[in-house]
Amino acid sequence: MAAETVDLSHAMVTAPVPAGDWLVIAPVAIPIVVGAILLMVRHETRLHASLAIGGLLVTLATNVGLLSRVLADGPQVMTMGRWLPPFGITFAADALGASLALVATLVATVCAIYAQKDIEATGRRYGFYPFMFLMMAGVGGSFLTGDIFNLYVWFEVFVISSFGLLILGSTHRQLDGATKYAILNLVGTTLFLIATAYLYGIFGTLNMADIARKADAMRDTGPMMTLAVLYLLAFGMKAAAFPVNFWLPASYHTPRIVTAALFGGILTKVGVYSLLRVLVMLFPVERAELSGVIAWVAAATMVLGIVGALAQSDLRRVLGFVVISGVGVMLAGLALGTQEGLTGTILYAFHSVLAMTALYLLAGVMNELGGTYSLHDLSGLYRKSPLIAALALLIVLAVAGLPPASGLWPKVLLVRASIDAGLPWLSFAILLTGLLTTIALGKVYILTIWRQKEPAEEGAAAASVPMPGVGYASLIMLAVPVLLLGLYPEPFIRIAETAADGLINSSAYIGAVFPAGGQP
Amino acid sequence: MEAVLSFFVAIFFAVAIYLMLSKHIIRILLGVAIFGNAVNLTIFTVGRIVREVPPIIPEALQTPDTITANPLPQALILTAIVISFSFFAFLLVLAFRAYQELGTDDTEGMRVAEPEGEPLPPLGY
Repeated sequence: MAAETVDLSHAMVTAPVPAGDWLVIAPVAIPIVVGAILLMVRHETRLHASLAIGGLLVTLATNVGLLSRVLADGPQVMTMGRWLPPFGITFAADALGASLALVATLVATVCAIYAQKDIEATGRRYGFYPFMFLMMAGVGGSFLTGDIFNLYVWFEVFVISSFGLLILGSTHRQLDGATKYAILNLVGTTLFLIATAYLYGIFGTLNMADIARKADAMRDTGPMMTLAVLYLLAFGMKAAAFPVNFWLPASYHTPRIVTAALFGGILTKVGVYSLLRVLVMLFPVERAELSGVIAWVAAATMVLGIVGALAQSDLRRVLGFVVISGVGVMLAGLALGTQEGLTGTILYAFHSVLAMTALYLLAGVMNELGGTYSLHDLSGLYRKSPLIAALALLIVLAVAGLPPASGLWPKVLLVRASIDAGLPWLSFAILLTGLLTTIALGKVYILTIWRQKEPAEEGAAAASVPMPGVGYASLIMLAVPVLLLGLYPEPFIRIAETAADGLINSSAYIGAVFPAGGQP
Repeated sequence: MEAVLSFFVAIFFAVAIYLMLSKHIIRILLGVAIFGNAVNLTIFTVGRIVREVPPIIPEALQTPDTITANPLPQALILTAIVISFSFFAFLLVLAFRAYQELGTDDTEGMRVAEPEGEPLPPLGY
């Protein structure tokens, strides 16, 4: 038999996978399994919160393990179905993906803790926690996969789970917001699929490492610029970059505040991550050509986003626009494409995941204390709870990019990088955005915390509101890393530098996926 | 063959975009359904079309001896069909619920989440 003489080791994985490599898929596999278990115990709503928090803590532990392995030994790879890449689907965790997966899981854990209070038994029976776990599986898969079609599939996994979360409760506002969110996100992911179809037609491969190493040879013949522009549009839509971001302010203020916190913290960052991965690692030459466009998009997104925030009278709608503004700041680093700029972008992504989730949860706690989200009515919180005033001050400083909190260092890096790159107007836009953010959120702080309404009005509202203990605990859990990132940024900057370096010099990534330069 | 198919792809995209530009949710949804099919046909076409040669390696050989049909685009399309079908099903139900609850399928009338003429935030205190 001829078949027996074939040496399978050229095309297939023949040795068993080392136990440590399973860490690469653990941040995806565990949420799927826990999500399935949660579905099985759908009616035992009392079990949900503890199961969910436990499951996320285990996921968090595997994330920490994966990141420490990646930082020690370089990118970690696992290939599914025994076929070696580029045939089998590869999971490749590098510093960028692993660190973002870690931060995302951290805020998801805090949200799961906060949700005990925010999501009542009906919401749990309709599947809040299973949706949340499927969303986290999709987010983790997006951060860790090494295959671009697989990235599309993970996108769809977290997008459809986010529909479930967004609609939970079925109020009129939610139906309205979800319709716009669902249709526009579906168009965005379909654009991603179109781009991937053309990519496959040009390269004949979908493995990202394989695309990265073949891109130079294809540059003369393939319409690479078309691909880069399509990806910029598709991921820009997912990241909520101006002018394709109107789905975000239409929907993010409609669901439960904990859902909005999850979305505002994590989902736009997946779009930014995908932009970094595809434009910097796969199409660096095209990214350099497009950098002028990206810089204008970045400046418009950050300034117009925060101007929108100034004009809102509902606290949650203010926050939706602040999320958009943060996306603009991250795109500035993508426009520069230098090591320092990308480091700033990645560090800003860490900060933004933590700070935006904290800001939404803060709004939730303010609502618990004051009973409204309207800036006209919410007032006098300092008298009710000095602790909330302290936490709010820290979070507002973080989002505005002022010391001692986390927003300062990424902005320092980005401003310096854009001056070094000869784009002083971009650094001016970043600083202007910082000023406007300070005004927008400072106004919120003054109105909600310092303002005292007339005593007669105040009396009824102040009557014995129970202290939101779970809310305080969640906020403190987020405030600690926010403060740490601000006071002792060195280790975080080092991780972001490693991640940026891995994107620019993709040889380590390619070498991990194709050991010893093995040609297919 | 590819040329003919790409012509159809263009028609599909044109129809889909025309429908999605409408103000009525139900037309947008029809556009979304056609949009998904346009993409599927795109994937099929860019995978290069070879007719009636199944990708099976003869028993005595280690590689196929002629050019065979490419099985990968079909796997991609199957995945995309499943996803777009489930999305479409969800969107249909969502649009129907929105129509029942909000009493309109005109996107200009759907202003519950972002009401018109909202007051400015407090300008002083």
